[in-house]
Amino acid sequence: MNSFSRVIGLWCVMTGVALGQTVHPLGNIFDPQATPAESVYHLSLLVMAVCAAIFFVVAGLLTFTIVRFRRKGNDGHEPAQVYGSNRIEVAWTVIPILIVLVLTMATARVVIALQNKSVPKDALQVTVIGHQWWWEFRYQDLGIVTANELHVPVSTTAKQSPTFLKLESADVAHSFWVPQLSGKTDLIPNRTNTMWIDPRQEGTFLGNCAEYCGMQHANMLLRVIVQSREDFEKWAGGQKTEAAYDSHILVARATFLSLSCVNCHSVSGTSASGTFGPDLSHLMSRGTLGSGVIPNTPENLRAWVKDPQVIKPGNLMPNMQLNARELDEVVSYLSSLK
Amino acid sequence: MATTTYADGLEKTEALPVPSKLHEWIVTVDHKRLGIMYIATSLFFFAVAGVLAALMRAQLAFPNGKVLPPEVFNRLFTVHGTTMVFLVGMPFFAGLANYLVPLMIGARDMAFPRLNAFGYWMFLFGGILLYFSYVAGEGLAGHGTAPDVGWFAYAPLTERAFSRGTSTDYWILSIIISGIGSTASAINVIATIMSMRCKGMTLARMPLFVWLMLVVSAMVVMALPPLTAAQLMLLLDRYLGAHFFDTQAGGSALLWQHFFWLFGHPEVYILMLPGFACASEIIPVFSRKPIFGRAAMIGATVAIGLLAVGVWAHHMFAVGMSSSSNIFFVASTMLVGVPTGIKIFNWLGTMYGGKLRFDTPMLFCVAFLFQFLIAGLTGVMMAAAPFDWQLTDSYFVVAHFHYVLLGGLLFTLFGAIYYWFPKATGRMLNETLGKWHFWLLVVGFHMTFDTLHFAGILGMPRRIYTYAAGRGWEGLNLLASIGVIFQAVAVACLIWNIIRSLRQGAPAGNDPWDAWTLEWATTSPPPEYNFAVEPRVRSSRPLWDLKHPEDPDWKYE
Repeated sequence: MNSFSRVIGLWCVMTGVALGQTVHPLGNIFDPQATPAESVYHLSLLVMAVCAAIFFVVAGLLTFTIVRFRRKGNDGHEPAQVYGSNRIEVAWTVIPILIVLVLTMATARVVIALQNKSVPKDALQVTVIGHQWWWEFRYQDLGIVTANELHVPVSTTAKQSPTFLKLESADVAHSFWVPQLSGKTDLIPNRTNTMWIDPRQEGTFLGNCAEYCGMQHANMLLRVIVQSREDFEKWAGGQKTEAAYDSHILVARATFLSLSCVNCHSVSGTSASGTFGPDLSHLMSRGTLGSGVIPNTPENLRAWVKDPQVIKPGNLMPNMQLNARELDEVVSYLSSLK
Repeated sequence: MATTTYADGLEKTEALPVPSKLHEWIVTVDHKRLGIMYIATSLFFFAVAGVLAALMRAQLAFPNGKVLPPEVFNRLFTVHGTTMVFLVGMPFFAGLANYLVPLMIGARDMAFPRLNAFGYWMFLFGGILLYFSYVAGEGLAGHGTAPDVGWFAYAPLTERAFSRGTSTDYWILSIIISGIGSTASAINVIATIMSMRCKGMTLARMPLFVWLMLVVSAMVVMALPPLTAAQLMLLLDRYLGAHFFDTQAGGSALLWQHFFWLFGHPEVYILMLPGFACASEIIPVFSRKPIFGRAAMIGATVAIGLLAVGVWAHHMFAVGMSSSSNIFFVASTMLVGVPTGIKIFNWLGTMYGGKLRFDTPMLFCVAFLFQFLIAGLTGVMMAAAPFDWQLTDSYFVVAHFHYVLLGGLLFTLFGAIYYWFPKATGRMLNETLGKWHFWLLVVGFHMTFDTLHFAGILGMPRRIYTYAAGRGWEGLNLLASIGVIFQAVAVACLIWNIIRSLRQGAPAGNDPWDAWTLEWATTSPPPEYNFAVEPRVRSSRPLWDLKHPEDPDWKYE
């Protein structure tokens, strides 16, 4: 896989350019771009300021003590034996309790504000389903199913467009984390969690699965593509159409549908209706393959179809042992799925 | 046995043939020998776990690392974590408690010597079972050798659908068995402290070390049952078709997390309190003052023990608990900061106004104070649940708990080795090598773990075997990996120091540090019966009373 992903740093920028998108490669939690991440950021400033103050006082006293009370030569005398002081003990019990009280109340406010936010009627709702090792996104209201790259509209001061996520898992526990947009929330089988984001900047935000979920946990990458309202509508319109049916690739299409690809993958408007793998109806509208592990270029697509185990060892798509003709035709069919 | 007096004045028993010597160690029920066996075994596992960690850092030093394939990396962090918690942290302090508690309370052995030996052998075989999975964990489906589910093994990844083969079973059994050993040892410590104290050693006069060991042992007895229960449920799931955690059949993934952390968080304090216990003995002796606020220290310890069972879900802030549950665990977690703070302040109060001697044991304790202060404060940061939503499961958490367990626990553990090695062997460890050990470890530790905080802040999740370039993580990871080299050399200094000093260390005498607790009243190493005459104490510092008849402690107690 390394020959492919060695260029990922560069590619982050390139795919961004191709999509007319700025990529924000640094998932810096102190550079928030949505309300949930920003509320956390403001709380963190308070908590860190208090912690820093405590650190400087205690570490300062400690340093002073070490320097001042270092034994200088041995005069054979023991220092004064002091056993304690109730007054001091009370002081350094009560002051921390007060600090703890303040921090707890400040924290509780943010918890309530973020967790108990009600869903506006017109909010975009997306169900996120974690799989070993990729993401499924289902936009129920729009009738869109896609994978690994979550498209959401940007929120502006004029028009708030929050996106509410319902988090579920098809197998083991995962966690949805795009640091610049929000803290993480786990995707747990047999359970539905929720979170929301309202990104204020267009561009692609990078994230990861943050709960260890097996062999390829490291390559369960996540991209949130924030678009202007118009661009988002345009993208959604494209996704809603049935998969391309190009007369030039009828043979290739027939080959694809005759292979066992269809047991795991869906392509809308065809007999391919598997649900174990990502929906391929509009594969070419995605910038990456294998849950963000390589850019979606013709060469990479071919390499992935030929043997995904080389690129992402252990992932659940086996090497299908396609012969050269089948490989050509499957790749050319997939390339037509704009 | 014949004894000879060596040129350096130390008496040694005549060398027995190796098989009889080995036999003596295997059948022993002597608390001191068992203590040394515990400590030696845990140091061995520590070295192994260190090698595993170094391999992981080699893989992560550069983006797209090619040192290890993913499945091997995932086994490494699972086995590293499991080893450090169950086969290094817990047994090391079982060893210290075994060795020191009877000596400190003026007893001749533990209350149940055979149970003591049983506990050690259970721990050893539990540990062997974990590593045996590397050769025997293949299983029917040919999946995996060693366990690869992470040390807290979240369900349902551990169910048969996702973990085929037998490696997860080795992990389960290894922990159940070593857990039986830990429970046996904890019950023994409690019984010993309750019933074997010498004349005049009231609970109020017990050394702080013994007090802390009492609290830790009570916590072990309290915390291990949920873990054992969860492991048995998991076994039932895997082999008898139960569905406790089997989400595909309606089981609950969160149930495992609650069980695990109900054990797992008290476990953190079970690991940490023995470190406090050592610091509470070493800091006063090297400051030449009694511990400041003894009663407050004991009270704070008991408070930590009680609070420890009410904070477990702060490991689960991201699982989608209700806001009121989250706020409850924010409050309880923040509250732990109060008794912990009291402890730090009291150690500081002990040093203030003293005459500080910076021998190696004290150096480690001073570094511990700084590092544990930082670890505690990053802990407060994560107690704020929304902040934790960002920080949990990132490298920030990795850095935080290594600050606690390495910067806090391991430093005091090393301090304890330098402090009590003379008692156990009759010879001093070399101070120069000790200083090399200390300073190299400080440099390496900060290089690795300070930087990893920032990787977490830049969004790097934990437990990833690889990462792409361009996300700001490369430099930090490289620096963290370089730090490992310093830490490895530091530990090599310790090992060399131990080997060298066993043969040619300076003779220690009974009381090399001019200390105050009873273990220093007998010879180094102590005879099998510890004390020829049962000691009688009148204060918490019996040797101070002996050395300063003009100003004894008992006048003030």
